[in-house]
Amino acid sequence: MPSTHDWINDPLGVVEGMFAASQSNPNSGWEARAVEFFKDRLKEKDAHTLVPSLNDIPMHYLKPNSLVKFRCFIQDMFDPEFYMGVYETVDPATQAKTLRCGKYKDVTECGVDFNSKNTVTAERQTFYCVPIPGENPWVKERYANSSQARVVPSTSYVPSRQKRSYEEDDDMDDMDTQPQKQREAHAGPQSPTEHHGNGDCKRQETEAPSSQTTSASHLDLNFPLPGEKGPSCLVKVYEDWDSFKLNDMLEVYGILSVSPALSALADEKDASSSLLDPTECMETAEEQRVHCPPASLVPRLHMLYAKQLQHNNPLLPSAATSEDNSAFLASTLSEMPSVREELLAYLTHVLLGDALAAEYLILHLISNVYVRRDVLPLGKFTLNMSGCPTVASYTERLYQIIQQLVPSSHYLGMSLQNMNQMRLVPKKDYVANRLVSGALQLAKNTSLYLDETQLEQGQLDTTGVRNVTALGNLISWQKVDYDFNYHQMEFPCNINVLIASEGRSLLPSDCQIHLQTQVAPSHLEEYLSTMHMLSQASSQLNKFRIYLSVARLLDYSISDEVTKSVEDDFVDMRKDDPQSISAEDLHRMLVVARLLSLSQGQTSLSRDSWLRAKHIEALRRSRMEQHKCVNGNEP
Amino acid sequence: MDPCTKSAMSSPASTPGGRKRGRNTNPPTPSSEDPTSPPSQRRRGQDSSTGDLMPMPTSPATDILSPAAPQDTSLLSSPRPSVPPNEVDMSSPLMYGTPSSRIEGTPRSGVRGTPARQRPDLGSVRKAPQVDLHSEPPSTDGAVASESNAGQRLVIWGTDVNVGTCKEKFQRFLQRFVDPTSTEDENAGLDLNEPLYMQKLEEISVVGDPVMNVNCRHVQSFDADLYRQLICYPQEVIPTFDMAVNELFFERFPDSFLEYQIQVRPYNALKTKSMRSLNPEDIDQLITISGMVIRTSQLIPEMQEAFFQCQVCAYSTRVEVDRGRIAEPAVCRHCNTTHSLALIHNRSVFSDKQMIKIQESPEDMPAGQTPHTTIVYAHNDLVDKVQPGDRVNITGIYRAVPMRVNPRQSNVKSVYKTHIDAIHFRKTDEKRLHGLDEEAEQKLFTEDRVQTLKELAAKPDVYERLSSALAPSIYEHEDIKKGILLQLFGGTRKDFSQTGRGNFRAEVNILLCGDPGTSKSQLLQYVYNLVPRGQYTSGKGSSAVGLTAYVMKDPETRQLVLQTGALVLSDNGICCIDEFDKMSDNTRSVLHEVMEQQTLSIAKAGIICQLNARTAVLAAANPVESQWNPKKTTIENIQLPHTLLSRFDLIFLMLDPQDEAYDRRLAHHLVSLYYQTEEQMEEEFLDMAVLKDYIAYARTYISPRLSEEASQALIEAYVDMRKIGSGRGMVSAYPRQLESLIRLAEAHAKVRFSEKVETIDVEEAKRLHREALKQSATDPRTGFVDISILTTGMSATARKRKEEVAQALKKLIQAKGKTPAMKYQQLLDDLRGQSETAITKELFDEALRALADEDYLTVTGKTVRLLA
Repeated sequence: MPSTHDWINDPLGVVEGMFAASQSNPNSGWEARAVEFFKDRLKEKDAHTLVPSLNDIPMHYLKPNSLVKFRCFIQDMFDPEFYMGVYETVDPATQAKTLRCGKYKDVTECGVDFNSKNTVTAERQTFYCVPIPGENPWVKERYANSSQARVVPSTSYVPSRQKRSYEEDDDMDDMDTQPQKQREAHAGPQSPTEHHGNGDCKRQETEAPSSQTTSASHLDLNFPLPGEKGPSCLVKVYEDWDSFKLNDMLEVYGILSVSPALSALADEKDASSSLLDPTECMETAEEQRVHCPPASLVPRLHMLYAKQLQHNNPLLPSAATSEDNSAFLASTLSEMPSVREELLAYLTHVLLGDALAAEYLILHLISNVYVRRDVLPLGKFTLNMSGCPTVASYTERLYQIIQQLVPSSHYLGMSLQNMNQMRLVPKKDYVANRLVSGALQLAKNTSLYLDETQLEQGQLDTTGVRNVTALGNLISWQKVDYDFNYHQMEFPCNINVLIASEGRSLLPSDCQIHLQTQVAPSHLEEYLSTMHMLSQASSQLNKFRIYLSVARLLDYSISDEVTKSVEDDFVDMRKDDPQSISAEDLHRMLVVARLLSLSQGQTSLSRDSWLRAKHIEALRRSRMEQHKCVNGNEP
Repeated sequence: MDPCTKSAMSSPASTPGGRKRGRNTNPPTPSSEDPTSPPSQRRRGQDSSTGDLMPMPTSPATDILSPAAPQDTSLLSSPRPSVPPNEVDMSSPLMYGTPSSRIEGTPRSGVRGTPARQRPDLGSVRKAPQVDLHSEPPSTDGAVASESNAGQRLVIWGTDVNVGTCKEKFQRFLQRFVDPTSTEDENAGLDLNEPLYMQKLEEISVVGDPVMNVNCRHVQSFDADLYRQLICYPQEVIPTFDMAVNELFFERFPDSFLEYQIQVRPYNALKTKSMRSLNPEDIDQLITISGMVIRTSQLIPEMQEAFFQCQVCAYSTRVEVDRGRIAEPAVCRHCNTTHSLALIHNRSVFSDKQMIKIQESPEDMPAGQTPHTTIVYAHNDLVDKVQPGDRVNITGIYRAVPMRVNPRQSNVKSVYKTHIDAIHFRKTDEKRLHGLDEEAEQKLFTEDRVQTLKELAAKPDVYERLSSALAPSIYEHEDIKKGILLQLFGGTRKDFSQTGRGNFRAEVNILLCGDPGTSKSQLLQYVYNLVPRGQYTSGKGSSAVGLTAYVMKDPETRQLVLQTGALVLSDNGICCIDEFDKMSDNTRSVLHEVMEQQTLSIAKAGIICQLNARTAVLAAANPVESQWNPKKTTIENIQLPHTLLSRFDLIFLMLDPQDEAYDRRLAHHLVSLYYQTEEQMEEEFLDMAVLKDYIAYARTYISPRLSEEASQALIEAYVDMRKIGSGRGMVSAYPRQLESLIRLAEAHAKVRFSEKVETIDVEEAKRLHREALKQSATDPRTGFVDISILTTGMSATARKRKEEVAQALKKLIQAKGKTPAMKYQQLLDDLRGQSETAITKELFDEALRALADEDYLTVTGKTVRLLA
C-alpha cells in the first residue's frame, strides 16, 4: 500500500502500478479500482484536508502531477475528446516495446508506436471550470485555513528554468515569459513575495495566485463576474460526465498537469510545419487559445473523483454523506430560534430599525427553489426592498453586510450604463467555440443584489432591454435563456434576487416590502458610520452564516391537519373580500409560511407559523396600502 | 519546402477545371495509414499499399497523354469539343489501371500522366476524399492479403469484403430494388413499382449529374450483410459501389456523356446517431448524424499533387501529397542539378475542401448540458452546400487523427482530433420551406414506446387523462386544457392546392382572455416548454418584424439575409403570444395572413417571398379595464379587431369564479403543490415525457379522415348552430365555425389514435366549441350566444337596437314638420323624452349617422339639417 505521501504526491505512480498489475489478468477492472482507491483514501478522517487546493495555493507551489483539489464551477463544457488510453512505446535503442497507460495524462512518453495493435482509444470530456463566481472573501479564507496540506514550493520549480531545460522550446519560452514580465509590472510590490516566498508563508496568501489573474488581458479566462480572480482549470473527466451539469459546483480531486509541452504544442501552431495539416490550420486562433491555453495559465486537472457541492459554506460539514449532514443539522436545529432572534436584531439594526423588513430579509436569505412543478419554480422568494435611502451609499453598505453573511453573492448596480453594456446572459461564441459567460451564469443559491437606486433617467438600448428581460425571466421563472445565436437554450437556475430600490421596482418580484426607517434622515449618516463599527465578532457572524445555510438545507412538510386549516382560512378570506386575495396571494403566503417555519428550525408547518405568516403578510400589505396613499403616483 | 507549399496554397491557382482535381487517394488517405491510424482501427494498419491502387475504371490512353491536370480539360474534351470529358472512353469497357502506375509515375517524368492521374478527372472525384483505400477487386496484387489464389476468396486486407461479391451484390441491388411504399420526396415522379435505382440511373443519363444517392435503409432491407459491410468498411465498399454503378451505367447507356464517373453517396445510415453518442468504436465507420451548421470556413484549396519544374533543363515532375507533405525532389533526374526544381503553382492539382462545424440540435440535448460540436470536412462539390444555421443530416466517415508528431519533440499530446468526412448532406429544414413533408424531422420511437403509447391510447379515458396531465400545476380550467390539448394535436392537413382550392388550415388557434392572475401566462409557458417547436413572445415586446422576418446584413458574408421571426420559427409548432392585447395594431395585422392562410408574405429589401408559417397560435389577452366586465362583450372587453378574433377557433374566458367550493378546491390544490413528495413529482415528470411522445407520435403518424356518420353529424351540428340564431334574426354560425368543428373533431380523433373521425369526436368538438362560445360570444344584454359578436364586432341585438333608434329619430324629425335645421342638443333631448329606454349620446350619434348614410340629413357642428 502506498503511503499518504505517495498517493498525494505521486498519484500517477499509484495509477500506473495498478495498470501494470492489471496486465497479468486482463479483466481486473483496474480503472474502477484506481478510482475506488482514491475515494477510499479521501474518506479517511481529514484526509481531504491534506490535499492541497488550487483555490488557495498559488500554482507554482504545487507539484506537477500531484493530487490537488479544486472547488469550482462548471462554466463551459467542451467537446469530448479521444485519447490514447493504452499505447505502446518503442525504445529506440533496444526496440523493446512497452505498454503504457495514457489515462490521467496529457502527454505521451517518447517513441509512441502509432501502428501498434495494442493501442486502445478512449474517450474523455473536458469541462472548463472557474472558481465559484461571487464567492465571498470570508469563504475563501475559511477554506484556506482549514486546509492542512503542507506545501513546500517544489524546489525544482523556477518556471522559466524548467522550460529552458528543453532546448527545443526556446521559442516558446519567449512567448511565455513575456506576459510574465508584464504581469510583474502589473502586480507591483506583490510579486516579489510571490516569487521568493516559501511554503510557510502560504497562510498569508489567502488569495489565489494573482499572477494568473492580472494577465487577463493576455487571455480571457471567461469568468462570469467581472473582477473575479483565481485560477481556471480544464478539468478532464473520465467517467460519468453526463451526470455533471453546467453551473454545477464541484470539488474536484484530480491530478494536476502543467506540462509545458502542452503550451508548446499550441504555440507551435504558428510554425509552418503545421500549415499543411488540415485539422490544425482550420481551427481559428481564438479557438486554439480557448481550448488549449498555456498550461501555466490554465492548468489541466485530470479528475479522479469529484463531489457535487450542495453549498459552499466552509462552516458546514461538506455534504459528503447525508448521514453526517443530518446529524449536524439536528444539532444546530435546537439553537436556531435563538440565533434567529440575534440575527433579527442585527438586521433590524442594519435596516434602520425596521423589524418587519428584517424579518422578510431573513426569509429571503434562506429561500431556495426546492422543486419545479412543470414550469413553475417553487420556493423562490424574490424580495423588492423599496424605500431604500439614497444617501450615504446605504444600498452598498447593505450589500456589504449581506456579503458577510452568505457564501456567494454579487452586487449588480442597475445603472443605465451597466444595463446597456454588461453582458448578463451567456452567449455562445462560435468563432472561439466557447460559451462566453455573463453575470447571470451563477451557481445555485448565489445572492444577486440588484441596486436599482443607481438607475437614472435615460434610454435603454437593445442590449439594455434584453438584459432587463433576462432579469425579469430570472426572477419570474428562475431560468436564463443562454444565447446560442441560432437558438436559445434554457438553463434553470436558483438565484436569490434581492432588489433594493427607491420606489417600486421595474422588475417583477415575489414580494415587495417598503422600508420604514426609524432613523431621521439627518442622522442617517451618523447612524451608518456607527453601524459599520458594529461589524460582528467573528463567532457571532459564523453563527449567522451557519444558520442561514442550514435553514436552506432543511426538509419541510405540511401535515393534513394544517392543510385543512390553511384551506379553511383561504376560503374565509375570500369570503370576506374576494378582491383582496387571489391565488397568487395564497402562493406567496404558503412560501412565507414555509420560510418562516424553516427560519425557526421547524420542519413542518404549525398552526402558529401559519398565523404568524398571515400576520406579517397583513402587516406588509397594510404598509404597502399606506404607502400607496402617501404617494399616489405609485402604480 | 514549407514556404513553397504555403504559397502554393494561398495562391488562387487552383486548377481551371475546378472539378477535376483530387486524386483517388486523397488527403485522408495518408492519415489513415500514417502514424496516426487510430488504434481502434486494428484492421487497416498496413493497407497503405492498397490505398495506392487506383483501380478506377479508366478511359484509355487519350487522356493519359495530357501532361498536367490543368490542361487536361482541353485535352480530354478534344474528341468532342463541347463536352468536357470524353465519354467515348467511358463507354469503353472499364479497364482497371494497374496499381503500379501511380507509384512510379510520380517521380519519373517519362511515365507521367499515368492513368491514375487522369482517372480522377473522369470520375470518382467526389468519393475520393472519403475513400481511403481503393480496394481493387481485379487487382489480385498487393491489395489482397490473403493467399492470392482463387479470386473469389480474396478479401481486402483487414476486412471481410470481397470486392467481386460486393460489386455483384450491389449491382443486383441496383437492378432489383423496388420500394413500392416509398414516400421520399426524392423519389417523386418515379415509378415505385419499377426498380428504383435503375430509374435513377436513367435520370443521371438524362440530367448528367453523376451522383447517385443511395438510401442505406434500402440496402439494409435488400441485403443486410452488404449493409453491414458498407457501414463497417465504407472506404473499401463505397469505391466498389462506384465501380459497380459505373459498369452498370455504361453498359446501359453507352453513349451518355458524364463529366465524371458516377459516385455513390450513401445516406441515412441507420446507425443515425446523436453527436453525443459518438464514441471511439465509430471511428472509420459510416455514420449519419444530425445537427445544425454553425460555421463554415472559406474554401480551402488543398494541394493534391505538386508540379515541379527544373529551372535548368525545364524537366518537370509531379509529386503527390503524402500525409500532408510534399517531398520536394532535391535533384533533377534529367540534368542532375541539385536544388533546381521550383514549384509551379498553376500546374499543381488542388481539390476543394471546406471545414464545417456542426452543433447538436437543441432537441437532442439533455437538460443542463451545452451542445457538442463536431468538425466536418466537405470536399469538392459538397463545398458550400450548406450554410450556417441549416439543420442537416450528415452522412460520412468518422475519423480520428492523432495530433501531429513533431520531429522536434519527443512526446506528443495523447489526444486525437476527430472529424467527419462528409459524403452526403441532407438538409432537414429545406422541406419546411417547400412545405413538402414533415417526415424529415420524424422522431423515431422505440417499439416499447410505441407499445406504451398505444396502450395508453386504448384506454377509454385517454382524453381526460391527457388533459389532466397538461399543466398539472394549474388548477381546473378543464375545458381550456382540453382545448389546448386538441390544439397540440391539430387537425389533419389537407392539401387541395392541386384542385385550386388551396390549403386548409389544420392548426387550431386559441385565445385565452380573462382576469389578470389567472395563470394564463403559466399555461402559455407550459405549452411552450412542451412542444418541440414552440416560440414564446410577449405582445408588449414584439414588433411586426420580430414576429415575421427581417432582413439584415450578415456580419461575415455581408450579404443580405432573411432572419425569421417567431411565427416562422414556430412553423409546425405553436406560437405562444402573451399580452396579445398590448400588441400594436401594426404587429397584429401580420397575424391575419398567418392565422388563416398559414403563410407570411415578405417584400422588403429586394427580397420578395412567401414563407410557411403553419403555426398554431395560442394567445392570451387581458381585459382593457384590467378586470373582466361581465356586462360587456368579449370584443368590448379586450378591444381586439373582430377580424382577428374570428380566426380563433376557440376563445376561452379565464375568470376568477369566486365561489366557496371552488376556493376550497383551489386552496387544496395549491397547498398540495407545496408539499408533494419527490416520488409524486417523479411520477408527474414521467407524464410530461409520455405526453410529449404521445403528441409527437400522433402528429406524425395519425391523420384521421372524416367518416360518413361524422360528416353527417357535423352537418347537423352546423345546421343546428345556424338555426339557434335564425329564430331571433341572428346568425350564430359561419362557415369558419364549421371548419373549426372539423379541425377539433379531427384533433380529438388523433387523441384516440384513430384514423377515422367518428361521431364521438364530433360530439366532443361540438361540446368544446359550445363551451368556448358560451363563454366568449354570449351577448351580455340578452344572454344568448351570438356569434356575430365575434365576426362583426357587434351583437345582433345591438344592431337591431341601433336601427330602432334611427327609425324613432326619423319619425321624430318627420313629426316636427318642415324644419330644415335643428339644434343637436334639442333633438337629443326630444328623443330622450320620447323613448322609454335610455338613449346614450353614442346611440344617438349612431342613429344620426345611420340617417346621414341614408342621405336623409347631414350633421354640421351642432346643427342638423334635413336634405330631402
